[in-house]
Amino acid sequence: MSQSSPLAGVDRARLTQAYPDIFSPSPLKRIQTVATIAALVGLFLFGMMWLGFSFEKLATGISRLGVIIGLMFPPTPGNLLHLYLKGLAETLAIALLGTMLAAVIAFPLAFIAAKNVVAQRAVHFLSRRFLDSIRGVDTLIWALIFINVVGLGPFAGILAVAMSDIGSFGKLFSEAIETADTKPIDGVTSTGGSALHQIRFGIVPQVLPVILSQVLYYFESNTRSATVIGIVGAGGIGLYLSNEIGQQNWDHVAFLIIMILITVAIIDWGSSQLRFAIIGQRAIA
Amino acid sequence: MTSHLHRLPDQQTAALLGQYGAAVAAKRRRAVVFALAVAVAAALAAWGGEVDLRKFAEGLPRFWSYLYDILPKLRPSHFSADFTEWFWNLDGWLRLLAETLLVAYVGTFLGATIGFALCFFASANLMKNALARGLVRRLLEFCRTVPEIVFALLFVYALGLGPVPGVLAIAIHTVGALGKQFAEVVENIDMNPVEGVRATGGSWVEQIRFAVVPQVLSNVVSYTLLRFEINVRGASVMGFVGAGGIGKELLSSIRQFYYSDVSAILLMIIATVVVIDLLTERLRHRLLGIEGHR
Repeated sequence: MSQSSPLAGVDRARLTQAYPDIFSPSPLKRIQTVATIAALVGLFLFGMMWLGFSFEKLATGISRLGVIIGLMFPPTPGNLLHLYLKGLAETLAIALLGTMLAAVIAFPLAFIAAKNVVAQRAVHFLSRRFLDSIRGVDTLIWALIFINVVGLGPFAGILAVAMSDIGSFGKLFSEAIETADTKPIDGVTSTGGSALHQIRFGIVPQVLPVILSQVLYYFESNTRSATVIGIVGAGGIGLYLSNEIGQQNWDHVAFLIIMILITVAIIDWGSSQLRFAIIGQRAIA
Repeated sequence: MTSHLHRLPDQQTAALLGQYGAAVAAKRRRAVVFALAVAVAAALAAWGGEVDLRKFAEGLPRFWSYLYDILPKLRPSHFSADFTEWFWNLDGWLRLLAETLLVAYVGTFLGATIGFALCFFASANLMKNALARGLVRRLLEFCRTVPEIVFALLFVYALGLGPVPGVLAIAIHTVGALGKQFAEVVENIDMNPVEGVRATGGSWVEQIRFAVVPQVLSNVVSYTLLRFEINVRGASVMGFVGAGGIGKELLSSIRQFYYSDVSAILLMIIATVVVIDLLTERLRHRLLGIEGHR
């Protein structure tokens, strides 16, 4: 600071001596910080250039976007409301069944992938990599693949959502299992319980609330992804959305977006209520 | 050493057992009601989602044969030739993969910067004006609820095909998602340093710079890295709507049944995502580890 009161001057001398590293941080550390920031910003600028950002392009784009937004008002479904509602119901069905299917399949898989249940290094490694690979493929890609299997429609969407969630659930569930307290398991073992008994009475009661709350959380986020899965033809409201954008019916587009927003808000609210009911006052793990 | 077990009087035992039975029965009833509700919802959803197990059973062999078809035909005797044929367009795909990563990076950078600037306006402990706070929160909510592909579709229409709409779509979604998480971190800080800076006459910006930022920085970086991971996955499908990256190539090879191309591109995407996951996980653990030692 340029202006310092005499009192601050006195204090400063003493403080400088007491906390040398705060008043004059090591130059190496400072260079490191500056270099990291410079590298990050440099990569950002390079990326902007490489990807073809230009101010005129952005300016024309934004003015066109302004025109589009102007055309969105007032939002109206036209005479297609019943179709949109059906699409929305389909979207919810895809999210619900996809999430449930994934949870049911991932539950046993998670025990295999958990270090404390199957103490086999190779099994652990392979099952984790398998789950990672499934997770690395986006839901939309799975949707495209499943369209080849069961044809166009919401069923392909359900399978796609389930597939990509198996990876996430498997990982999350097995982490929950690995952090489970070992004492109840020891207790079951000491009374002569088999491996299955250990899992059923030692682990499952501990992890069930965590798992349920994660499933609900994914149901929420799947509602979101199920709204767009129709863009590639796998059912739900996304089909209408991409059609209306293609035909430039902006007022219909706006109506669809509002429908999505309201649905997601309702699902968010409902599932957070349920989550609190299931896990009680405990913080969400 | 002998140990006695004191038995409770029968009357008391009966009362306790009765209570236990009632509690267990109530829990069972709740579980049954819950299971029934889930079953009804699933049945409704199955009906609405046109679930057709016959179609699935018919399709399942096709799934396996599809997986078999997309596998490359590698013969041990001609391994290197077959491998080169499998990855015939390696340079082109690597370029598209780099574009995908850059779309994710630029989008994350842009979104994280804006989200970071906005989060202070959305947290109750720093922004006392409820109206402004509510407005910022609604804005963030809007940004993260509209799926990024929808933004991408709109931007492709406004800005033309190419990676720029993809970047903007990812950036907007990131603003919403990270803005919320950052605001939650900011709301959980220790307020004493803030009051300290205010007591020395620091302005609102100085309070944030010297009292808030040092407390939240490691969490902010960790959440941003996590979001980058998610955005790499998101950027890989931006090409489906014409918004840049490797997605367009994947879409056309799936649609045109170029089987071995599908597996080659998928493999490259999976490898990239897994590598990025591992790297960011390591970085995040290091960051949070440093935090833990303080």
